Amino acid sequence: MRIESIDTSDTAVQRLMVLGLVEGAELTFLRGSLGGDPLEFRIHGAAISLRRAQAQRFQVTRTSAHGHAR
Amino acid sequence: MATRAETAVRVETIAVHRRAAGTIAVVGNPNAGKSSVFNRLTGLRQRTANYPGVTVERRVGRAVLGAASLDLIDLPGTFSLSPTSTDERIAVDVLFGRVAGTHRPDAILAVIDSTRLYQGLYLLQQLVELGRPMVVALTMTDAAQQEGLVIDFDGLREALGGVAVLPVVATTGRGFPALKDALAGLLRAAPPAPIESWPELARAAEELAVLLRAAGIEAHRVEVERMLIDAAEEPPNLDAALRAGLAAARASLFGTEPPLAVEARRRYRWVRSTIAAVESAGSGLVRRRAAVLDWVNRPWPSTFAFVLTMAVVFQAVFWWAQPFVDLINAGMSAIGSWVGVLLPPGALNSFVVDGAIAGVGSVIVFLPQILILFLFLILLEDTGYLARASFLFDRAMRTLGLSGQSVIPLLSSFACAVPSIMATRVIPNRRDRIATIISAPFMTCSARWPVYSLLISAFVPARALGFLSLQGIVLFGLYVLGIVGGVATALLLRHSALRGEKPTFILALPEFRMPNVRTVAMQLLDRVRAFLGRAGSVIFAVAVVVWALAYFPRPPEIEAARVEGRAAAAANLAGDALTARLAEIDNQASADYLAQSWLGRAGHLVAPAFAPLGWDWRVSAAVIAGFPAREVVVGVLGTIYAVGDQADDQTLGQRLQSSTWPDGRPVFTLPMVLGLLLFYAWCLQCAATLAVIRRETNSWRWPIFAWCYMTALGYGGALLIFQLGTGSL
Repeated sequence: MRIESIDTSDTAVQRLMVLGLVEGAELTFLRGSLGGDPLEFRIHGAAISLRRAQAQRFQVTRTSAHGHAR
Repeated sequence: MATRAETAVRVETIAVHRRAAGTIAVVGNPNAGKSSVFNRLTGLRQRTANYPGVTVERRVGRAVLGAASLDLIDLPGTFSLSPTSTDERIAVDVLFGRVAGTHRPDAILAVIDSTRLYQGLYLLQQLVELGRPMVVALTMTDAAQQEGLVIDFDGLREALGGVAVLPVVATTGRGFPALKDALAGLLRAAPPAPIESWPELARAAEELAVLLRAAGIEAHRVEVERMLIDAAEEPPNLDAALRAGLAAARASLFGTEPPLAVEARRRYRWVRSTIAAVESAGSGLVRRRAAVLDWVNRPWPSTFAFVLTMAVVFQAVFWWAQPFVDLINAGMSAIGSWVGVLLPPGALNSFVVDGAIAGVGSVIVFLPQILILFLFLILLEDTGYLARASFLFDRAMRTLGLSGQSVIPLLSSFACAVPSIMATRVIPNRRDRIATIISAPFMTCSARWPVYSLLISAFVPARALGFLSLQGIVLFGLYVLGIVGGVATALLLRHSALRGEKPTFILALPEFRMPNVRTVAMQLLDRVRAFLGRAGSVIFAVAVVVWALAYFPRPPEIEAARVEGRAAAAANLAGDALTARLAEIDNQASADYLAQSWLGRAGHLVAPAFAPLGWDWRVSAAVIAGFPAREVVVGVLGTIYAVGDQADDQTLGQRLQSSTWPDGRPVFTLPMVLGLLLFYAWCLQCAATLAVIRRETNSWRWPIFAWCYMTALGYGGALLIFQLGTGSL
């Protein structure tokens, strides 16, 4: 999936942007943890974990059927 | 071959004495293999200390490169020059030369994981702008190859303003000769050409740098950029005009958006176009290993794997170590009886045998177990497994009001609470951090091992239950007790003194990888050094003091009574009966001496406070002596029971088993032993932990609270168990 827009007001979201979760970045959903939260994504070979609460600040579009995109 | 090695050693020895030609900062993303590269380059010529005022580790080493030698500073891992934690702040401060006692690095060695070039390039871009000579070591190139990643090194060098980009594999040493050559010439190398990915920012910063210089503030352009992006970086007491200038620049550069978000967008735009130019993904998406890992990483398989791993670790620590423990025990008592025969009887003999050898020996005995425990924990960390655990248990930790970020500190406090409390620095929220700090000392650390191991092996039957041993189960139970204590404490704190908003959880998860033998060995060596250092200093000193307290004074009446008794026995008895009677008389004399000693008197004084727990004066005295460092208690017991005992070929466990009250009842009954174990599970007997809590929370309130709270819990728990066990309740 690709990130289309971000609600940047949350400082945790800004830290995620420094890790590369910016508009235009391609992500693959890898898995959820025990109980479905936090989530793990792969972005250009790097695995990043974040909670649903922060994930909701990112608007994404599906780009391919690969991965377990939800 | 031998001659070559000899010459090599000689050249190195000469070079070490020479002054280093300069200082190089080793910078990189967390888990990029920075420490492995650092270890490869410096070998054993390194030392670890802390930065002044903070407990961030400062590792400095000397790299010997032919005729030249360089000082390398291994900086904490960081993703960018905009710090979000204490660790990252130190890395940035060192780079800018803002840390007292640390040279501003002359050049930079950037260590970048080639499988995560995306995040690596973000940092590299910022580093290049510092305008200092730089070389890039690309690690994990073997893994990149397996994934089918093809990286155009020349293209990368060009994109980075001409810095040398060298592929290395730290495990095999491939690429290191070239890296060493590049480092040897680095101080004379030209700084990289600026990247110009964000000319507006650079221009604004340069203009402001001129104004700041006019006001007497020397700041590099990149430092001014940091001030623009994070207002907290602004120097204090700026005049109004400068502050207005900064604010105006900020408004035109960032508009109403958070500066950090704007910066991330800008810089990643450059990163993406660079990646597109220098990296081709090949067919790396389909990997056999990845498919297996993907399955294992699913929540339930990985939970199962985690529980299994922990169970194996705890069983192994007990079983693998036992032969070595027995060996050291036998060695110690052999040395003891050998020296005992060699030296004339008297104070010196007792000092060496009962004080030094018995005291320190009874702690050294646990070195094998502690080694194995640390080995497992270092392996778990080095393979990236601990990070997986924090991902897995974030949800569970949330119910305690913590986040997955507390998992690594809490797991590593199974080795030692001191580094684990330092490891809480990665937790951004102060309330989470303190709750984690106060819970950490509950986890069963390696210093509890000597006590647990001594008591369990002496008093819990070595029976097998299926494939588990009863002793192993009791040990496991103690671990569970520690965890329960910690969890309850965190919960309590988060619902009372540390109530607050929910923590967030953001983590860059490292890939599983094979542990690097060198890194593991080096860390293990560090641990052994620390443990033996403690045994040689603190524990030795306490053992000597305790010996003196247990040996003196020597009232002549006891010796007179002994001589008289022996004479009377010799007159009336013969043969075996005489030998037995003589041994009995000697034992009585030793016991009388001990009861008369300073330690004996002090023990009797405090004993009433511990009598409800079923402890006699010896145990009470040993527990009191163990408050500065809990493993000392074993050494003290070793000394007390060696001084008050004649048989030198007994282990401490055997001596405890035969210890009795004056009326002949055994002291170490099962309820008493279980209570004592519980006391050690919960009590905070560690001055180092208290000191590190003081430093990390920057207040006396928390260490005092932790000490009182945990001591009360330990005492209460031991009281409850003993009273229930003896049927008094």
